[in-house]
Amino acid sequence: MSNPTNFVVERWTRASVASGVAVAIIVVVLAITPLIGGANVVDKLTTLFVYVILAAMWNALAGYAGLVSVGQQAFFGIGAYFAIQLSAHGFPAYPSLIGGAVGAALLAIPISLFMLRLRGGEFSIGMWVLAEALHLLVNQDPLIQGETGTSMISLNAFSHAERLAYNYWLALGSMLVLLGAIFVLLRSPFGASVQAIRDDEEAAAALGVKVLATKRTVFILAAFGCALAGVLWLATSVTFQPKTNFGVQWTAYMILMALVGGLGTFEGPILGALLFFVVQDQFGENGVWYMAGLGSVAILFALFMPRGVWGEIEGRFGIRLLPVGYHLRLPDIFARKPDD
Amino acid sequence: MSIVNLVAQGALLGGYYALLACGLSLMFGVMRIINLAHGDLAVLGAFLVFVISDYFNISPFLALVAVLPIMAAVGWLMQRGMLERSLRSGMLVPLLATFGLSIAVENLLFEAYGADTRSLAPMIGDLAFDSLEVSNQLSISYLAALIFALAVALLGGLSLFLKHTSLGRAIRATAEDADTAELVGVNSRSVYAIAAAIAVATAGLAGTMLAMRATFDPYSGPMQLIFAFEAVVIGGIGSLWGTLLGGIVLGLAQSIGATFDPRWFLLAGHLTFLAILGGRMFNEWARARGGLRSSLGFWR
Repeated sequence: MSNPTNFVVERWTRASVASGVAVAIIVVVLAITPLIGGANVVDKLTTLFVYVILAAMWNALAGYAGLVSVGQQAFFGIGAYFAIQLSAHGFPAYPSLIGGAVGAALLAIPISLFMLRLRGGEFSIGMWVLAEALHLLVNQDPLIQGETGTSMISLNAFSHAERLAYNYWLALGSMLVLLGAIFVLLRSPFGASVQAIRDDEEAAAALGVKVLATKRTVFILAAFGCALAGVLWLATSVTFQPKTNFGVQWTAYMILMALVGGLGTFEGPILGALLFFVVQDQFGENGVWYMAGLGSVAILFALFMPRGVWGEIEGRFGIRLLPVGYHLRLPDIFARKPDD
Repeated sequence: MSIVNLVAQGALLGGYYALLACGLSLMFGVMRIINLAHGDLAVLGAFLVFVISDYFNISPFLALVAVLPIMAAVGWLMQRGMLERSLRSGMLVPLLATFGLSIAVENLLFEAYGADTRSLAPMIGDLAFDSLEVSNQLSISYLAALIFALAVALLGGLSLFLKHTSLGRAIRATAEDADTAELVGVNSRSVYAIAAAIAVATAGLAGTMLAMRATFDPYSGPMQLIFAFEAVVIGGIGSLWGTLLGGIVLGLAQSIGATFDPRWFLLAGHLTFLAILGGRMFNEWARARGGLRSSLGFWR
């Protein structure tokens, strides 16, 4: 007789150890890319890192915590605005950028007290209204000159090549720190609580999960991440235009990347960002048809493949490259016919 | 502008918001779906009216008669073809699907009609600008009054329909508990499709009114969704008459904000919405602690 308790809880698989090594190698190669690669490669990879951050943040919100925000552009925009303000008050360029993102994260604390009490779709549009309100408030600031916008002049202290490399490293570093934070959070008991909330808030609360505090942690992390993406965007484009930086299209991109890649998986949004980056690079200039196509892809994925590309791969082949969950491997008791 | 006039204009604007919000509120009430494409569907209705009345050279009101059934069919198809599969899988999927629909609709409209800002005002003759001079301080535009009357008629008609017809009762029963309604012979699939058809038809009606009283372009939709949502939430979700009140509060806030600075029109609306949410939360918080008075420690 096999012992029925003779199961194994897997947290790392052999594939995931191998992929961990691969990730380490990729990170090292990426870190030295500005020293060896051309300007074009560095620029494009910076954009890719921003996309990965956005997708991972939206996935943390919606895929893990069940918070479908249509207003993440609020933090994308306000982080950049804070950075502009800091640099206008004499702070050096790069500290201003990071300070702007931290400022947005601090602002997310009072916002979370408010918004997280809204349920489901109310939260979605509530966040959108908030983003619109912040956009209009920023427009009132004479420094920004309404929709005309302004630029971050302190960035001109660096040569083009220097700026390219610094932006790249800032983007790479931000991406790694944020992905690392999500990975560690999800592997800790926190990961289990947050998914329990997503699946059934009342049941999770009944089991002793601190619903609001858990949601708030994810919300603030996502706000910080989106703000980092926003200041990185500011660093690469130098100009700040409220309409662009607070545009709802950022959230549309986030939703699309996370949805296509695979909501609720760690690897999915990274894959989604990569796919989106390639598609954007190929068809982005085609404008309107392209956007209509993206909308249709979102509908199709939501209806027919809600687990996304990575979710399908994971489900079908059982591959877990960077496992954040628990995988229970049972002994043969279920394969055996009940003979008694 | 005198105070009386300000209040009158704000309240009349609120009628438009109530008209816009009615369908959003109905779909949320019956299917628990917030349709993120609601505003874009309203704008789609406006474009259809514009195109039909332009092509056949007929009054937009006549074109509207043709467009309403088309919009109802769009709603029915949207429910049957899209939302139905997503209803049982929680709120995430319908939100994502309607968000995708919103992006697709606005960009297809842009592809078809370009970025031009349009208006139906030139096609409705004197109605676009005539107004009733009540006194030298107060003048009421016929069109704004018509829109307000339409909103009241629609909300009233809808609540009578929901209360007194068998279909209305079926809709309310399904909204309450779809599974139990099925047990007593209600076909919840068709009830949902009918509710979606009504909701999208009213969105088309509201979009047409938008096009008559102001201008629209392919990307006007999201802002209309936000207005509708603000009206619904301010008035209290699930109450049709509350929606009218919510629309009026929103219209008043915007009009009052705009008298101080034209740029504050939208901002005043958003901030009022956020303030009302905040107030409601504070109330809940206080009630959980035994009421506002006891929580503040004044009375006991």
